[in-house]
Amino acid sequence: MSGTAAAVSTAEVRDERYYLASQWQLAWRKFRSHRLAIAGGWVLAAFYLLAVFADFIAPYDVNVRSSFIYMPPQRVRVLADGRLRAPFVYATTSEVDLHSFARTYTEDESVRYPVRLLARGYEYRLLGLIPARIHLFGVAEPATLFLFGTDNLGRDFFSRVMLAARVSLSIGLVGVALSFVLGVLLGGVSGYYGGTVDLFVQRLIEFLLSIPKIPLWMALAAALPVDWPVVKVYFGITIILSVIGWTGLARVVRGKLLQLREEDYSTAAVVAGAGDWQIILRHLLPGFMSYLIVTLTLAIPQMVLAETALSFLGIGLKPPAVSWGVLLQDAQNVRTVALYPWLLLPGVFIIITVMAFNFLGDGARDAADPYR
Amino acid sequence: MLDYIARRGLFTLLLLALVSVVSFVIIQLPPGDYLSTYIMALQEQGEDVSEAQIETLRAHYGLGLPIYVQYFKWMWGVVRGNFGVSFEWNAPVAALIGERLALTLTIAVVTMVFTYLLAIPIGIYSATHQYSVGDYTFTTVGFIGLATPNFLLALILMFLFFKYLGLSVGGLFSPEYLGEPWSIGKVFDLIRHLPIPIIVVGTAGTAAIVRIMRGSLLDELRRQYVITARAKGLKERALLFKYPVRVAVNPIVSTIGWALPSTISGATITAIVLSLPTAGPLLLRSLRSQDMYLAASIVMILSAMTILGTFVSDLLLAWVDPRIRFERSRA
Repeated sequence: MSGTAAAVSTAEVRDERYYLASQWQLAWRKFRSHRLAIAGGWVLAAFYLLAVFADFIAPYDVNVRSSFIYMPPQRVRVLADGRLRAPFVYATTSEVDLHSFARTYTEDESVRYPVRLLARGYEYRLLGLIPARIHLFGVAEPATLFLFGTDNLGRDFFSRVMLAARVSLSIGLVGVALSFVLGVLLGGVSGYYGGTVDLFVQRLIEFLLSIPKIPLWMALAAALPVDWPVVKVYFGITIILSVIGWTGLARVVRGKLLQLREEDYSTAAVVAGAGDWQIILRHLLPGFMSYLIVTLTLAIPQMVLAETALSFLGIGLKPPAVSWGVLLQDAQNVRTVALYPWLLLPGVFIIITVMAFNFLGDGARDAADPYR
Repeated sequence: MLDYIARRGLFTLLLLALVSVVSFVIIQLPPGDYLSTYIMALQEQGEDVSEAQIETLRAHYGLGLPIYVQYFKWMWGVVRGNFGVSFEWNAPVAALIGERLALTLTIAVVTMVFTYLLAIPIGIYSATHQYSVGDYTFTTVGFIGLATPNFLLALILMFLFFKYLGLSVGGLFSPEYLGEPWSIGKVFDLIRHLPIPIIVVGTAGTAAIVRIMRGSLLDELRRQYVITARAKGLKERALLFKYPVRVAVNPIVSTIGWALPSTISGATITAIVLSLPTAGPLLLRSLRSQDMYLAASIVMILSAMTILGTFVSDLLLAWVDPRIRFERSRA
């Protein structure tokens, strides 16, 4: 008896919670049931953490060269003499075959070098502020720890991939933030005022949609002066990407505004004497914020891909800047890749990032409409 | 209908004019004017450039005149097929890009045809066999395909072919046909080389269309008219293709016009990695050496091609679907 009563009351409570939940709470519920989206979210959280603490995680300075040229990824071992041990590596010596100039790397198995957590290494600034020398892991000299091998100058590829995540992952956010401003501004003007302005903005969007983006991006990116410092090029590229990439957002904003400006509460705001931008930003924008977030999430990977493509072609960011696209420049030659396949590893990171964003965006799209 | 064609036609002309302005801006972008770069290039080759020559060139390009006069001077040439001179190749731009553009367009169009032929049936299968092994396979492959940039896919394919089959893929012709005039043999040779570029350029687009097709067909299949038709005893196959598929295919058909720009975009970057003799590699090279008349002409013609393609697809759509005709002529 009492058991059924309790069951009924919990069901009632659940019902009540459902009916009293705000739109955002409902969206969150629906989002949580989308398992791939949650996974994508975790992956991205991990990647962004990696990017923020890249120099803490990277055991080597990205620009310091070593004599280990194109060394294959090193194995971290846990077994020695048939017994389980703390992770360690062997020191490696390189030999150059004077005939073919091919390098061979052999491990010296006499001494084990333990992989030390929180080891001291090169100096950097944690979060760009606090000077520090502690790194997540490292090994003592003369052993080395090249998890992803080394590149043509003997630089640690793992450290480079970690540091490159900063540029590759942030350019999507910065670019989308810029597109957001442009999209809301132009889409807002277009949808709210309608008429001639709308016609003009619509034609502009159609124009940008009907020309191929990559050739135009290439032409604009190539025009950035070669002597610009890295930071300036970074922003230059971001601006170029978003000047052409704002159209999707503007279309969403316009469509929703056209629909919402006819609502009674928007008329009420006009009657109450609110200014145009106040109505758009305070009263109308929150009404379709969820759709904007979806569009933004799906726009980020496009930016990441575009930057990667431009840098890969050598007209985006250039060394000494490191981004995943810049790192892939070394993999342009198929013969090089066949010999040193680990040079393709940045590509794996790109694919995972873009997939994670796509999953997240898909989940967000389902959640944006919680009443469906 | 005529009214609609005229409207779209006028708009297309306007777009073309806009593209020409953008291209002209691209020519003006690099620091210094075209002529000084040209003269420097000539002097580097050890050629003496006399004052008189400089003056002739200056007059020819209208340098020193107001910027809009320069634009119209250039446009007047473009309309008559004279796109300017590439100083790197020391040849008229038109002669350099003709065949390359034709090959670019061939790849793009063939890719699009394959994309639709492949994607729509897969989408239908995935929707009618939701959560089956096949559906999961296609969905997984699709997600990866959507997330892999063209150039990376090209690299990976080249790597796999080279490493495991010892083949170096790339290019569009076998060595014996390079620089040869067109013949039946050369066409067949081209067809043999097309699959890899088509796979690389088409994968992302195919994945996207499969996803849209699957989603919209699933939405359609839940509708009550489907249940009604089934209850009345209509055969499953006839039911599927007669109503829901035709409705579900609509969002795909109505965005055909936008597929061409993205295909051309993809083809540009793929061609650079696979070193195809198309417009892409030439564009990159001309941009690197700041050979601006060549670069801007390529951007302009690629854009013009997609704009005309959009125009043609708009007309076809309006012809097929009267709703679009009405909707768009109101807008």
